[in-house]
Amino acid sequence: MTKQVQQLDRVIIRFAGDSGDGMQLTGDRFTAGTAEFGNDLSTLPNFPAEIRAPAGTLPGVSSFQLHFADHDILTPGDAPNVLVAMNPAALKANLSDLPRGGDIIANTDEFTKRNLQKVGYTANPLEDDSLAEWRVHAVPLTSLTVKALEGFDLSKKDAERSKNMFALGLLSWLYHRPTEATIQFLETKFAKKPDIAKANIAAFQAGWNYGETTESFSVSYEVKPAKLAPGVYRNISGNQALAYGLIAASVRSGLPLFLGSYPITPASDILHELSKHKRFGIRTFQAEDEIAGVGAALGAAFGGALGVTTTSGPGVALKAETVGLAVTTELPLVVVDVQRAGPSTGMPTKTEQTDLLMAMYGRNGESPVPIVAPATPSDCFDAAVEAARIAVKYRTPVMLLSDGYLANGSEPWKVPSAAELPDISVDFATAPNGEDGTTFLPFARDPETLARPWAIPGTAGLEHRIGGIEKADGTGNISYDPNNHDKMVRLRQAKIDGIAADIPALEVDDPDGDARVLVLGWGSTYGPIAAAVRRIRKSGGKVAQAHLRHLNPLPANTGEVLRSYDKVLLPEINLGQLALLLRARFLVDVISYNRVRGLPFKAEELASVIQDVIDSE
Amino acid sequence: MSDLITNGRGLSLVPKSDVALGMKDFKSDQEVRWCPGCGDYAILAAVQSFVPELGLKRENMVFVSGIGCSSRFPYYMNTYGFHSIHGRAPAIATGLAASRPDLSVWVITGDGDSLSIGGNHLIHALRRNVNLNILLFNNRIYGLTKGQYSPTSEVGKVTKSTPMGSLDKPFNPVSLALGAEASFVARTIDSDRKHLQSVLRQAAEHRGTSLVEIYQNCNIFNDGAFDQLKDPAQRDEITLRLEHGQPIVSATKAVRRSADGGIEVVARSEVREEEILVHDAHRADPTLAFALSRLDEPAFEHVPIGVFRNVDRPSYDELMAAQLEEATAQRGAGDLDELLLAGDTWRIG
Ligand SMILES: Cc1ncc(C[n+]2csc(CCOP(=O)(O)OP(=O)(O)O)c2C)c(N)n1
Ligand code: SF4
Ligand SMILES: [Mg+2]
Repeated sequence: MTKQVQQLDRVIIRFAGDSGDGMQLTGDRFTAGTAEFGNDLSTLPNFPAEIRAPAGTLPGVSSFQLHFADHDILTPGDAPNVLVAMNPAALKANLSDLPRGGDIIANTDEFTKRNLQKVGYTANPLEDDSLAEWRVHAVPLTSLTVKALEGFDLSKKDAERSKNMFALGLLSWLYHRPTEATIQFLETKFAKKPDIAKANIAAFQAGWNYGETTESFSVSYEVKPAKLAPGVYRNISGNQALAYGLIAASVRSGLPLFLGSYPITPASDILHELSKHKRFGIRTFQAEDEIAGVGAALGAAFGGALGVTTTSGPGVALKAETVGLAVTTELPLVVVDVQRAGPSTGMPTKTEQTDLLMAMYGRNGESPVPIVAPATPSDCFDAAVEAARIAVKYRTPVMLLSDGYLANGSEPWKVPSAAELPDISVDFATAPNGEDGTTFLPFARDPETLARPWAIPGTAGLEHRIGGIEKADGTGNISYDPNNHDKMVRLRQAKIDGIAADIPALEVDDPDGDARVLVLGWGSTYGPIAAAVRRIRKSGGKVAQAHLRHLNPLPANTGEVLRSYDKVLLPEINLGQLALLLRARFLVDVISYNRVRGLPFKAEELASVIQDVIDSE
Repeated sequence: MSDLITNGRGLSLVPKSDVALGMKDFKSDQEVRWCPGCGDYAILAAVQSFVPELGLKRENMVFVSGIGCSSRFPYYMNTYGFHSIHGRAPAIATGLAASRPDLSVWVITGDGDSLSIGGNHLIHALRRNVNLNILLFNNRIYGLTKGQYSPTSEVGKVTKSTPMGSLDKPFNPVSLALGAEASFVARTIDSDRKHLQSVLRQAAEHRGTSLVEIYQNCNIFNDGAFDQLKDPAQRDEITLRLEHGQPIVSATKAVRRSADGGIEVVARSEVREEEILVHDAHRADPTLAFALSRLDEPAFEHVPIGVFRNVDRPSYDELMAAQLEEATAQRGAGDLDELLLAGDTWRIG
């Protein structure tokens, strides 16, 4: 039977099943095949909030969405074209996201009376015509897998476990994905259990063959490789990129990395990743709480390490006092906040941009802190290097604001070579800097950066004391002099403000230069905003886009950019935190668009918001 | 007597000074600003006159403190110093000591600083056994905030915040430290310089976390808290000196095993010499040390002073450094390019 092959420019697949069905692994492997094939791609997993919700229930559904294309893409996609539903719960939880006309590949074996009842289906949706508006491919994935593995010495239960690999095989056939890497992966993953490896490979191949032979799939699809800039690529998630960025910063600064951290979703994976790389001289310290995590990092920084602490919003709240201590002692420190939905525990697995004002102002006293926010998963690498650069150069704590969407999302990343990364090496103080040639002034400042010398214990002749009490300018001795305090408050502020001269100007993307509306964003909204802007331009609309990576200080030209458009639209996943800062600082009447649903924006949603603003001109 | 001996490695990684240093080398140029008569002066003088004998490079010594009267201490030492925030000194010092095994790191803390706001950091530092010497200045009061009761104040303490007397049972810092898996626990007193210095010496030589409780008089808000121990008429009677290998006795009392399996204090005249408990600070099992720490309940009938426990256990910084070495020995030093290119990669163009 020769089957028809149809060309597509992009596809969005969502794999959904029970937490125990291995959907994340299936998604990861499909992603690896897609990356190897050369498509551009973007992924987003969606984990259940509970660790082990009862099997077959709605709270137990885990999913993985993958968007791949023959051109460069910006988001994991608003809505899937294809839904793989491993059970009724997966169908029920995801159907509302699947546009009519989309494909559903359903594992009929799991659509039993009991499983249907568990999620409140009174009739089997695969059998009545409730799904008539979708294209349903009913496939008995479990029994086909068991049948394919008949020759293996496996219990039925063990054989059934390979059904995700059967599904992966089928999808790999359907979209012409290469298979060798997956086979190799399974061989390595189950190297110690060769029987299980063979069974999984057999299930994977059976899935492929099923697609090739069965009549329920008459068409397969091809998505040509994308034309990306030349280079070596890998797929990378935000948390992994951030961890690698910190390692790169350690290598490029020549400072040993010390991470003090306390586990918290969605930041823990950075702790896990860094803990694997001890041969880079990285010390990872799982502290008794977030306060100890940042305290230990600051102590290590006093000793000459690149001190880093990683957490999410609740942890940042606990660290505030110590960050203030780092501000006043003027020691380098990187504080990573992988934002999640709040307040309080909020929705730990969901994303938000609601910690901006806490990062900016959430400390006692005047305690300015630079803030860097990555725009995409792979940008977490560069943002981490940039945060460390500012921290060590200006001797200041720096907030790095990632979020759950960036942390868990992934995309291809053009791997840089170590040599092309910025040199961020530091000079420790080695000799007295007082005019008499013998005294050391720990709070004398570099006239250009206003940074103070970093003299680490072990350096003879530079013994000095620092602390949280106000210090006299220069000597660092305790001082309650009112004028000195005013001076120090202003100096610390001026030091941070001065960083504006050391960061890139805000770039505006305005192809024809005649747009009247600017869409501004920060952090993880970059992808959806840029995708929305493309849609507007495709339909002939004019809109300019700019994205802030540095939120404190803002790029020097920010005010000028804002004032050169009639209207500035600012979508944020909060109730208008950056808008508040921009209005206060520039007196510009920015138009906010805010949704705080724990989810990223959709490109379509933003396109219609942008269009409305253009139309209201 | 157990085989475990004091490890003496506390200073082995800290560089030695080429020149002999004296007390004046450790005095900073800052004016000392405690209330006249405060016990902190005596402790400062004892420390300043003791540290030169360690023979360490001054620049490799660091004093880290929290907040409180006692925590002003680092400003007066001509070493590196970090006066941090309330309760957090053990955490900050942990990061410093864990990443710099070549430093001799001292934590200065008060009873409120270490046992109220910083209680969590204290117990975790002790169980981790990072190479730190923690000097806990116990004046049984909040000095800096002008006299509220503290977690070591006796029940019924009348202060501004407890006009009808405090209600909560105090901590016994030695018992707490022993329960927190501390490898070195000692108690001494501000007024007895010789004893204080001998305890500090042993603490410094111990590699791992050493906790030294120092009874310190706050003559403004809790004057006379330790007078029984200073009063020539009774001090020799109530002070039980703990010295490794020596019978545990005061001038008139002795400690022996009691019939119920515990220990008890009896008149010295009533026991045979061989019945008297001989102190073993190196005992692996901390229960006897714990029992000794309970002897001053009710307070100050008889008070053990000295090193309760001093056992050898790998320190956290050593173990951490060993893991880095092991990882490097197994797979070589990290290479950034190799790391970034690990896993599935593909080439375009
Ligand atoms: C976060 C915070 N809470 C409260 C205080 C106020 N405070 C400073 S010192 C102190 C208690 C000090 O008592 P202690 O640790 O016993 O030290 P002492 O002054 O007695 O030496 C308190 C409550 C503070 N500085 N920081
Ligand atoms: S208040 Fe008490 S502890 Fe504080 S300096 Fe005065 S006497 Fe010393
Ligand atoms: Mg006190």
